[in-house]
Amino acid sequence: MEKIFERPHSLSDFVLSYCPGCTHGVINRLVAEVVDEMGLEGSTIGVCPVGCSVTAYNFFEFDMQEAAHGRAPAVATGIKRVHPDKLVFTYQGDGDLAAIGTAETIHSAARAENISIIFVNNTIYGMTGGQMAPTSLIDQVTQTTPFGRKVENQGYPIHVSEMVSTLKGACYVERVSVDSVPNIRKTKAAIRKAFECQMAGKGFSLVEVLSSCPTNWGMSPVEALERIRTEMMPEFPLGVYKDCTETGGVR
Amino acid sequence: MAKVLMKGNEALAEAAMRCGCRFFFGYPITPQTELAAYMAKKMQKNGGTFLQAESEVAAINMVYGAAGAGARVMTSSSSPGISLKQEGISYIAGADLPCLVVNIVRGGPGLGGIQPAQSDYFQATKGGGHGDYHLLVFAPSSVQELADMTSRAFDKADEYRMPAMIMGDGMLGQMMEPVEFKDPIDPATLPEKPWATTGTGMKRKKNIINSLYLTPEELENLCIEREKRYDKIRAAEALYEEIQTEDADVIIAAYGTIARVAMSAVEAARAKGIKAGLIRPITLWPFPEKVFAKRAETAKCFLSVEMSMGQMVEDVRLSVNGKKPVYFYGRTGGMVPEQDAIVAEIEKCLKNSQAGMNY
Ligand SMILES: Cc1ncc(C[n+]2csc(CCOP(=O)(O)OP(=O)(O)O)c2C)c(N)n1
Ligand code: SF4
Ligand SMILES: [Mg+2]
Repeated sequence: MEKIFERPHSLSDFVLSYCPGCTHGVINRLVAEVVDEMGLEGSTIGVCPVGCSVTAYNFFEFDMQEAAHGRAPAVATGIKRVHPDKLVFTYQGDGDLAAIGTAETIHSAARAENISIIFVNNTIYGMTGGQMAPTSLIDQVTQTTPFGRKVENQGYPIHVSEMVSTLKGACYVERVSVDSVPNIRKTKAAIRKAFECQMAGKGFSLVEVLSSCPTNWGMSPVEALERIRTEMMPEFPLGVYKDCTETGGVR
Repeated sequence: MAKVLMKGNEALAEAAMRCGCRFFFGYPITPQTELAAYMAKKMQKNGGTFLQAESEVAAINMVYGAAGAGARVMTSSSSPGISLKQEGISYIAGADLPCLVVNIVRGGPGLGGIQPAQSDYFQATKGGGHGDYHLLVFAPSSVQELADMTSRAFDKADEYRMPAMIMGDGMLGQMMEPVEFKDPIDPATLPEKPWATTGTGMKRKKNIINSLYLTPEELENLCIEREKRYDKIRAAEALYEEIQTEDADVIIAAYGTIARVAMSAVEAARAKGIKAGLIRPITLWPFPEKVFAKRAETAKCFLSVEMSMGQMVEDVRLSVNGKKPVYFYGRTGGMVPEQDAIVAEIEKCLKNSQAGMNY
């Protein structure tokens, strides 16, 4: 019988450690599918820092480095400088990328470092049990903002795609979402574009993915997807924030 | 190769490139500046990467990435920057990655000063970051030794799959001395690193560079395995120099820059009829314990002379293990013990040891 659907080769048979209904798993799979489709399984080196996806080195079936909290873009820089011909990407949460690792993110973009960042924005620190993230929305209740995030106390959420797109070194920046099938398809296309941008040597790319955390949002998986649409998208509009891939890139 | 006259910082950089280091990630800080500047000038010509990172934190994590990717890689900094690197150093040790970290030590704590010091001894030898780990720590005392220890540090780091550190100070870094280099080697001829993340090429199973182990048994086993490696290193890799210790009543322990002053103090003391000697640890970890234990049989007392408030003295005491008194004399904050002061200390501790005084 002909096989018409299978696990991407770039994904191992490890049982994913994500909570039921969490969209981290969807994004892991999309990355693996793109690596497969581009035929890069043997020439990819991924970097997963601390966060719910920290054990992604078990899930992906290519070379992986785990990184300290926030340091993935620096680690990826080290790898890429040694292996400029390999696909080098990071897979980072919002706490990782936009709080403790802000400097590493901004400077790898500014350097036009030829790496790709998959940025999973779920407006919360998932792994540590639901604390406020730099992307948490105003009034969002978290373990460390039990009365909601207030401007007077915690200020405003950070808009990573908007911020990074102002840097000359960024070649391609898009914000996507995995709340629905059409959006999942767009996310996959964005990841592919980012990886192609890198393999063509055009410079830094970042794909921000709006993702759910049913566990720490205290919602069912379906309600969580609804929250992405009703609460996150108004604050974090989807779209392409920068695209220099049609020209020669930024390097 | 013929001898050339060179600054310590530059000689270290030159030696690193000659032994196949093609990746340098750093962040500016005094007094290691010439090292990075030399790298910046020469690395590109050698087909390598010199990168000024956004911070020491980023620089050491670039080192982690490059080391995990199989490269011979280094970073250099001075005390405040080395403190920032500790997170990365702990991860590098936890992931069993070889690399070289250079600390051209300055006075501390805090921003401290920029003058030479040895007050980072604890940080270097007792694990400056978190967790059960060690670095190989080399403490050269001349420009020639800086060059020699650089290639040794890289080789030993590879051999034992662990980070190595060279501890110097501003005086050694800025000092000009004749130095003879080894012939340059091609990095492609270095031993293979089959564990590195280089892309599988569909020819092998995937490699993972990691320090996370969520099952306690697994983590404990790894620490035990690492400790066995450390035991081998303790037995095989301690380096030191002994000067006039055979008949010595007082033996000075001193490393790096201050060992040079201590050596003149030993001679001055001998001229006065005092039987003084010197043990100069060249590796600070592993610490050359055995030679101290051996000399404790014959010497009357020991004197640790340091540019700190007394750090190595603890290891000297552990090695001498109560057999003889171990005294301390040091200056710190960028102040350097002078020869006359050391001679006076030698006389004092000899008297005190005869009077049975321990301090
Ligand atoms: C230096 C350091 N500080 C704190 C932590 C604890 N920690 C682990 S994951 C995490 C936050 C992760 O949140 P995010 O990056 O948003 O990823 P998510 O789990 O939401 O996917 C924190 C603070 C750590 N591992 N290291
Ligand atoms: S805590 Fe949240 S982000 Fe983490 S796996 Fe569970 S649902 Fe996903
Ligand atoms: Mg998060």
